[in-house]
Amino acid sequence: MSPLEPVRAEPDPAFTVTLDGREIEALPGQTVAAALWTAGVVSWRTTRGEGRPRGIFCGIGVCFDCLVTVNGRPNQRACLLPVRPGDAIRTQEGTGHED
Amino acid sequence: MRTDLAVIGAGPAGLAASLAASARGVRVTLVDAAETAGGQFYRQPAVALGARRPRAPHHQRRTWERLRDGLAASSVRHLADHHVWCVERDRTGFTVHALRGPLQEEPVTVHADAVLLATGGYEKVLPFPGWTLPGVVTAGGAQALLKGGLAVPGRTAVVAGTGPLLLPVATGLAAAGVEVAALVESADPRGFVRYLPSLAAKLPEAAGYAARLLRHRVPFMTGHTVVAAHGDGRLEAVTVAALDSGGRVRPGTARRIPCDTLAVGHGMLPHTDLAEALGCRIDGADVHVDDEQRTDVPGVWAAGETTGIGGAALALAEGHIAGRSVAARLRGTAPDPRAWAAADRSRARLRELFAAVDSVCAPPAHWTEQVTDDTVVCRCEEVRAGAVREAVQELGAGDLRTVKLLTRAGMGWCQGRVCGPAVAGLAGCDPAPARRPFARPVPLGVLARAGHPTDADQPTEEGPS
Amino acid sequence: MSTRLTCDVVVIGAGMTGAACALYAARAGLDVTVVDRGPVAGGTTGAGEGNLLVSDKEPGPELELALLSLRLWAGLAGELGAPIEYEAKGGVVVASSAEGLAALTDLAAAQRTAGVVAETVTADRLHDLEPHLAPGLAGGVRYPQDSQVMPTLAAAHLLRASGARLLTGRNVTGVLRTADGSVRGVRTGHGDVHAPAVVNAAGTWGGEIAALAGARLPVLPRRGFVLVTEPLPRRVRHKVYAADYVTDVASDSAGLKTSPVVEGTAAGPVLIGASRERVGFDRSFSLPVVRALAAGAIRLFPFLTDVRAMRTYVGFRPYMPDHLPAIGPDPRVPGLFHACGHEGAGIGLATGTGHLLAQVLGGEAPEQDLAPFRPDRFEEEAA
Repeated sequence: MSPLEPVRAEPDPAFTVTLDGREIEALPGQTVAAALWTAGVVSWRTTRGEGRPRGIFCGIGVCFDCLVTVNGRPNQRACLLPVRPGDAIRTQEGTGHED
Repeated sequence: MRTDLAVIGAGPAGLAASLAASARGVRVTLVDAAETAGGQFYRQPAVALGARRPRAPHHQRRTWERLRDGLAASSVRHLADHHVWCVERDRTGFTVHALRGPLQEEPVTVHADAVLLATGGYEKVLPFPGWTLPGVVTAGGAQALLKGGLAVPGRTAVVAGTGPLLLPVATGLAAAGVEVAALVESADPRGFVRYLPSLAAKLPEAAGYAARLLRHRVPFMTGHTVVAAHGDGRLEAVTVAALDSGGRVRPGTARRIPCDTLAVGHGMLPHTDLAEALGCRIDGADVHVDDEQRTDVPGVWAAGETTGIGGAALALAEGHIAGRSVAARLRGTAPDPRAWAAADRSRARLRELFAAVDSVCAPPAHWTEQVTDDTVVCRCEEVRAGAVREAVQELGAGDLRTVKLLTRAGMGWCQGRVCGPAVAGLAGCDPAPARRPFARPVPLGVLARAGHPTDADQPTEEGPS
Repeated sequence: MSTRLTCDVVVIGAGMTGAACALYAARAGLDVTVVDRGPVAGGTTGAGEGNLLVSDKEPGPELELALLSLRLWAGLAGELGAPIEYEAKGGVVVASSAEGLAALTDLAAAQRTAGVVAETVTADRLHDLEPHLAPGLAGGVRYPQDSQVMPTLAAAHLLRASGARLLTGRNVTGVLRTADGSVRGVRTGHGDVHAPAVVNAAGTWGGEIAALAGARLPVLPRRGFVLVTEPLPRRVRHKVYAADYVTDVASDSAGLKTSPVVEGTAAGPVLIGASRERVGFDRSFSLPVVRALAAGAIRLFPFLTDVRAMRTYVGFRPYMPDHLPAIGPDPRVPGLFHACGHEGAGIGLATGTGHLLAQVLGGEAPEQDLAPFRPDRFEEEAA
């Protein structure tokens, strides 16, 4: 069973975004985090100290664990950011800033 | 833009306050970070997801529809997707500084004669070995993604911790097709019995959850706790153990449960940053308010979780009282408390109820014993428990601030919101509320112009170039 | 619980200066007790950036003390290792106008004669040192000796290395005196500590301690905010500041002064200072002040516009009317010694201060003349 069934959801058509170049499907109205979870992805960042994988934790914008780079902008909270068609999502390493 | 009252937060408290004040002629601007009103409690699936059958129980749904329709019919100006980073007190009242849009870069200011803080709360999670593994999420986080995004993290979940939030999370995940391998509540059932008179009002609701747990065959383990999460790069299992009556793990009771998701929470904490920066008195973790929900700073009211965790029904009562008080006070009159006698009775009853819940649903007394020295405590700066202990035992720290300065625990992106209670517990000091003048990160380009005369009331495309 | 202790020296204040006094006094063979009403580094030390600067000082006794302190810091860094986060990152002072540059190069020339290494940097070479600096600056001076420590860690580790007895959470309520007026210890909320020598290293609160001993010491608070950004790669390599910072440091104005001081840290965040205002011990957040800090930092480093500020903190610098600290014995109260009033330079000057004070405590002649730092030097003007 999918989480769409209990609420009898009939979403608008899915669209495509990319995670590190790989295409994944996302539903309109989802956050980046919800789209990644639905695609079976649970981590999309590595920490700047020890390079450990992180994904979502608090889910409501408080903990900043789910930071991700979207369309070249680093340090976006995946749990707050709505996913848009064509978004280029990239696994974020370290500070997320290039140098 | 100018308004009589700026309400920060569109959850139950903020909505009730906005409607009560607006109905009495107050010009209200409701500023909220989410795209739609409702807060965490009334979080709805995004419209584009086309949910046709609401998930919430009937009475909750009715209340929500009343608030939603009331807002739509009212003159309240609702600023959605506005992220408040500071409320500044000035000569003529208050200036609310917000960042608009999902990228949180466009500055917006709202000038108001009065402010009502309904900033809600967030979940407290105490650390244990492995809690930083992907797949470990807060109970509220799992619920938020399920409610709002119709997304679940995996196939097999353990729901653990303590408090009333765990029940709806476990039943919600189960209803969405996740196998809930265990619901692990650290509270002792004998505790519930002791507080039965206060908790009686919650019994029908609890019975409903119990029936659903049974239907989904969710094993309910009370007096147990998660002592470790395991996995290589993501969660693969948790170890659960029984607690003795003193809150210590009973040797020989550890049991491994395979799972790909752990939804964990140890209660709630209020958001008090805006209140603290305004100079409001904070009692323990809560913003102090009087019977009218006024803080000790003239012109600043507060309602809901920010004044003490108590759930949506209490937030509604407090918000209603606050809104009526604002309406009277802005007219220069003293309100008549008899006008809100019903809300006042609910408020008293629900505060008593949650005091009982709080007493029963406390984290295990000796939780720090399970936190090994190499357990990461501060997730942002990756500070381990051993460093916190060294700061206290060898470097002379005796308070949260000094531990932070010596270890960097609490200096990262979340500014100690997550690790604060854990660090305080490990250091054996009071979890004093931190000073956070910025309630959220703010671009320096926005900060450089904040409140500046040339900063137009209307948002501009970009910060200064 | 009431205790009674006897030792050679009581140091009041577990900040950077108290820690350095404790370390050097202990190394001189003295039995030291450090008392503080709060935790380690709970005052100005915990609210500063940890500057060890020569660049912002004009030739004179303070610069001489800074140079001595820098040598001692380098030695301690070798001894205590990484935990104090010592970094000889160097300072770069930039001027935006030709007049500003002329004044800056004049200052650098004078500093050179006092032993400071100061390298003139032409406008076209500034970006070799700091690639992200704003265009159009007139030029600058590089000070390779300017360094930094993490001040709270430095205080804590110096205290630990000193082996001194550390009594935190103890408010000093009185200075004990003998019949002839000389000091014999301190009274705290938890009992007396007896010693023939008491060092006032209470920083911004040093005037109150002096008053307990019956001496006047005009130490006053000067409030400063620091802004902290999100973690970044090392985009700002030095401590970089505008030339007008030096005039602000020396200013006597009570009003708000801000001049941009920007530096990257090993931990990631960029620190942005520096504001100075005389508003007493008012800790409340001031948006106008941090707004000025942000604007100044962006003028120096335009890329900061899009970088997010995560927090800000406030501290009180202990300043004295002539901007020099009080170091040495108080001739008015035998047995009372002062080591406070270092304004914004206390971390940098701590080692020299502790070293010289330990020499005096041990009965030696201090290797730098302490006359300019005499604690009673304001008596004449008060009279």
